[in-house]
Amino acid sequence: MTEARAWPEQVEIDVLRYRPETDDHPVWQRYTVPFDVDMSVLQALQHIKDEDDGTLSFRWSCRMAICGSCGMMINGNPALSCKTFVRDLLPGPVRIEALAHFPIERDLVVAIDGFVKKLESVKPYLIPEHPRALSDGERLQTPEQLEHFEQFSSCINCLLCYAACPQFGLDPEFTGPGALALLHRYNADSRDAGRAQRMAVLNAEQGVWSCTAVGYCSVVCPKGVDPANAVNQNKVNSAVDYFLRFVTNRREQS
Amino acid sequence: MKPGPAARRPYVRPMTGWWRRDPYFVRYMVREATAVAVAVYAVILTAGVVSLARGEAAWDHWLAALRTPASIALHVVLLVAMVIHAKSWFEIMPKTMPMILVGHRRLQAKTITRVGWAAAAIASLLVTWLAWRWWT
Amino acid sequence: MKRSHAPIFWLMFGAGGMLAALFGPALVFLTGIAVPLGWLHPSPLRGYAQALALMHSVPGKGAALIVIALFAWHAAHRILHSLHDLGVHAGLAAKLACYGSATALTLVLLSSLLWLGF
Repeated sequence: MTEARAWPEQVEIDVLRYRPETDDHPVWQRYTVPFDVDMSVLQALQHIKDEDDGTLSFRWSCRMAICGSCGMMINGNPALSCKTFVRDLLPGPVRIEALAHFPIERDLVVAIDGFVKKLESVKPYLIPEHPRALSDGERLQTPEQLEHFEQFSSCINCLLCYAACPQFGLDPEFTGPGALALLHRYNADSRDAGRAQRMAVLNAEQGVWSCTAVGYCSVVCPKGVDPANAVNQNKVNSAVDYFLRFVTNRREQS
Repeated sequence: MKPGPAARRPYVRPMTGWWRRDPYFVRYMVREATAVAVAVYAVILTAGVVSLARGEAAWDHWLAALRTPASIALHVVLLVAMVIHAKSWFEIMPKTMPMILVGHRRLQAKTITRVGWAAAAIASLLVTWLAWRWWT
Repeated sequence: MKRSHAPIFWLMFGAGGMLAALFGPALVFLTGIAVPLGWLHPSPLRGYAQALALMHSVPGKGAALIVIALFAWHAAHRILHSLHDLGVHAGLAAKLACYGSATALTLVLLSSLLWLGF
């Protein structure tokens, strides 16, 4: 017969604070929050902001792991705060820090300008072979055709994979797992014909070739996108493109 | 007082010691370090080929060096490293492959890894058999 | 964005890594432990003449060249990237040190194999 577990009354939350107008560097600050068995880390942060310290800054929106806003380092691991429960981190203290490998704007808010530019660079939209009119009707796909790209379309841009990727940490110019997974999503879609236009991004040193298959990105992804697979299978495509470009060139010249 | 945007002064955290911060990264660095063992072994085998080309005395000298306790101990370390290399290689191999549908179901990563291990087992038996045949 | 030349080295890294995964453990065990300890055959190690015969054959030369050279190129590529992981900039100096060593080893191996004759 099991006994009811004894939950604590309170839990300590350590947050890495950074206020650009007053701080030279980030500092840890400890808060004490009343514990509830179904409390997420996000709820703990919201309690702190509402009751203790209104200056604490952090991004959040949907509270249900679909908007991708609340990514942060929780006990050293990239995680969504709305999907991480305090009961799993007991006895605490829970250490919360801004997403790794990104510059800290303020507290738990990171600068994501670079990532937005990378998203734009992969041409994240269907590029059809021929322009279609509305009268052409729907594009039909078999379940198998959907299977090839659906997983990669699940990305919520939460940036946990970038926080997990040491190559991005060492070189912020690396296009990175999220953007490259999105690139692959379009290349793998049977309705798309824009592969050639996306090759330059793949073939660059900051494309797939910065990846060393650490694989941690796929471990932390909350949506099962498997960006490691998206990036590494495109190493083969990039290598084929590298060696066959002479063949294609000759064909174009004749 | 007219509110204005606070000056942005983003703080960049250093990457020093990044791989020590997580056991996953430590395992990654161990995996990468097996390359040193592969390099050392390639040098040992090259030394053997060079010794063979230099004549019987050099060849016997190389064989004698392989029989020393230091060399045996080194090769035990190299063997452990090679096994770690093989294990991590077959684990990462599925990541480099595109999605393969068998019938309507996806070919699973662990299946690909097991095929790799099976191939390694067959290759090991083949090499051992060839060595036995050549030696006896 | 400028095209990277990484594919050349990555393919050799992949080929060498596959060979090392398939044959590496068995080769290290046989050449470094089993044979020197006399486990494969109790009599003294194979003589010079027999080893020479093996390296005179084209399959023997081919296997030695492919396995040993690709092991070296696999290691060079991975060590170069590990240096980068440890904070050493993967610039021209690092590339020359790593790929240069693999080139040197390949040339030494090739010249020895050819010197051995047929």
